[in-house]
Amino acid sequence: MTHADAETALREELHRIAPDIDVAQIDADADLREEFDIDSMDFLTLVTALSKRLEIEMPDADYPRMQSFNALVLYLAGKSGQ
Amino acid sequence: MSCFLMPSLGADMEAGTLVEKLVAPGDTVRRGDVIGAVETQKGVIEIEVFEDGILADWLVKTGEKVPVGTPLATIRGAGDPAPPDLPKPKPPEPTPREAPQPVDPVADPPAPEEVPLTDPVPTGPTPEIPQTPDVEIPPPDSQRRRITPAARRLAAERGVDLSRLDVTSSGVISRARIEAAAPDPPSAPDPGMRGAIAAAMSRSKREIPHYYLSHEVDLTAVDAFVTAANAARPPDTRILPGAVYARAVAEALVKYPEFNGYFTDGHFEPSDVVNLGFAITLRGGGLIAPALLDAGTVDLDALMQALRDLVTRVRAGRFRARELSDATITLSSLGERGVDQLHGVIYPPQVAIVGIGTPRLRPWVRDGKVTPRLAATLTLAADHRVSDGRRGASFLRSIDGFLQEPGTL
Repeated sequence: MTHADAETALREELHRIAPDIDVAQIDADADLREEFDIDSMDFLTLVTALSKRLEIEMPDADYPRMQSFNALVLYLAGKSGQ
Repeated sequence: MSCFLMPSLGADMEAGTLVEKLVAPGDTVRRGDVIGAVETQKGVIEIEVFEDGILADWLVKTGEKVPVGTPLATIRGAGDPAPPDLPKPKPPEPTPREAPQPVDPVADPPAPEEVPLTDPVPTGPTPEIPQTPDVEIPPPDSQRRRITPAARRLAAERGVDLSRLDVTSSGVISRARIEAAAPDPPSAPDPGMRGAIAAAMSRSKREIPHYYLSHEVDLTAVDAFVTAANAARPPDTRILPGAVYARAVAEALVKYPEFNGYFTDGHFEPSDVVNLGFAITLRGGGLIAPALLDAGTVDLDALMQALRDLVTRVRAGRFRARELSDATITLSSLGERGVDQLHGVIYPPQVAIVGIGTPRLRPWVRDGKVTPRLAATLTLAADHRVSDGRRGASFLRSIDGFLQEPGTL
């Protein structure tokens, strides 16, 4: 999966959870939860959806690598290459 | 200059809503004149002014509910000098404005420079709270504006300033008169969520004698337990600390049934089951606390699945009637991006709400040494008609105890 594919998947899944937030308006390097105003349940829903959609494992222990939009895209792109 | 205060119309009255203003700023008022009306639990009661003078300004908006003793208007006594740069008081306008203003202008006239700023004591008659348990309706006269109940309600809804309406020959303001003055309702206030929250919370604050307790709780064990449990799990079976808190509250309630149930018709009815209301914020504003039904008998994993299901459905706007009506206690967890503690407002007819603030590392004394521990503030707001602080404290300590042994949940 390319970087672009990962970004598309993340955009779409985030839109399901936070349809009121425009990805173009957020700081892609800032805290994802703050930028999208999502709580821990939303985040778990996001991880669950991405993990199923991309058929990858996203261990709890990897959460520190998912802290911003850009970090999460990089993480997803790297993961799917396995 | 003196203040006209929200009167106490009976010992049980704590607040009233100003629903009518019959006099406009600048109008001359005489002792005994009815200048407005206040809505109380007993109905709409007209209020009289207790001195001669000029109504300088209203301080409260029509429709605003304020505690007894709150200044409603300022009245310039007959002997008071007019503020130098205030325009001469104008008589009431003979014709209604085209667009009645739902909100009074709040700009205060500049105070005269010689008024000592340190002296808040009014120079006019003492603005004592008039005690008028039995309201006599004074006989109508040409100055009085009489209004039908339906018209009064409509005027309050549409923010019509009654003092700006001219009085017809009959002297009675009808509903049609109000409709003519305000043909379209102002932009509709959010009638749903916010209105429901306002109604429930107003009732709670009105009826329930809350008491509040707080307790620091070490969440290191919970954090370690959740991390360990999630390490080997796929995302769709992972648990969140919120589910652990919910189970701890449900378990503690077994020994503290006086926090679980309903207070209705003057007495408390404990509930056999724990239907744990879980406060869920909604995007775009609002909050709802539907119940995790029977949280006392399910295990942690089942409760987590129920919580996920509930949050998903609530955020999609779908929940079951029972979930909204059957909660027997509420838990509000501020989550990871909140603040240290919350002081809950009980959702009637429930009798308690447990809050848990945002966990963060705090200095903690453990075995005689100060060490950083993940901790949060657990709070309880409970109904004094049903329980006392001592039992409430034991209840919070019991929750704390379960949170130290999350594996048993």
